[in-house]
Amino acid sequence: MRERTNQEWLAELAGPGPEREEALADLRARLVRGLGYAMADRPDVTEAHIEGFVQEALLKILDNLDAFRGESHFTTWAQKIAVHEAFTELRRKRWENVSLDDLIDRYEGDFTPAILTDPDPSPEQQVTQGALLRMVKRFIAEELTERQRQAMLAVVFAGMPTEEVARRMHTNRNALYKLMHDARQRLQRRMRDAGVSLEEALAAFESDSR
Amino acid sequence: MIESSRIKRAVRSILTTRPDEIGCEECLARMDRFVEMKLDGKDPAEAMPLVQDHLQRCRDCHQEFEALLRAIQAVADRR
Repeated sequence: MRERTNQEWLAELAGPGPEREEALADLRARLVRGLGYAMADRPDVTEAHIEGFVQEALLKILDNLDAFRGESHFTTWAQKIAVHEAFTELRRKRWENVSLDDLIDRYEGDFTPAILTDPDPSPEQQVTQGALLRMVKRFIAEELTERQRQAMLAVVFAGMPTEEVARRMHTNRNALYKLMHDARQRLQRRMRDAGVSLEEALAAFESDSR
Repeated sequence: MIESSRIKRAVRSILTTRPDEIGCEECLARMDRFVEMKLDGKDPAEAMPLVQDHLQRCRDCHQEFEALLRAIQAVADRR
């Protein structure tokens, strides 16, 4: 494969004729290889999947050449789009049969955490953790909007991808992250107002990194 | 029952929330540069602390970051 500068990639992909075809074929081959390595640990992803993801990514890349800011190699930027495309599709597929309402119902009644049966922490830590968790649970109920509460439960406690929760809540991943950031800020403020030392509370939850 | 590790992470994420966090859009916009710096042996976490912070908080972005890193590294190694 011929090496190209960023300018050459852009010019050839935007230009007419055989140069464009060659650049497109080279880029496709490069993205397929890269995505193959990136997905090597996923037995559920076949070569045909990868070629499909790359095909979709190429359409987006060609439509958005203007958005390339030149802060990396063009091929790294393009690979990023292919990776994003692949994960968007894989997450959609993995979660397609899961309803947000069911998930929230399941986790909402069950906030009483396994942490209280966790063998790791010391008795003092268990008390602190238990008290803090009850507080967090109460503040989530009192302080957050319905959408914030749903998003936090689904993403943070149930482990659903932000992107999938966003799709179900008719928003996008960036906006949902910001909604949850706002929710975390509210909860943090409320804890501080209640006299919780954030440093001490953090220490009680840093017994391990799991 | 919710896994205890998830609850701990959740509480830690509340306690460590900072006002200047960036969103997924900005993280993704800078991810290609971040990955290249890392592969060049530089310290992207120091140069782009808010991207690093976001990657530690957002599973979706972190997953894409790890995959991009593997892709670029593998293609570069075998060039």
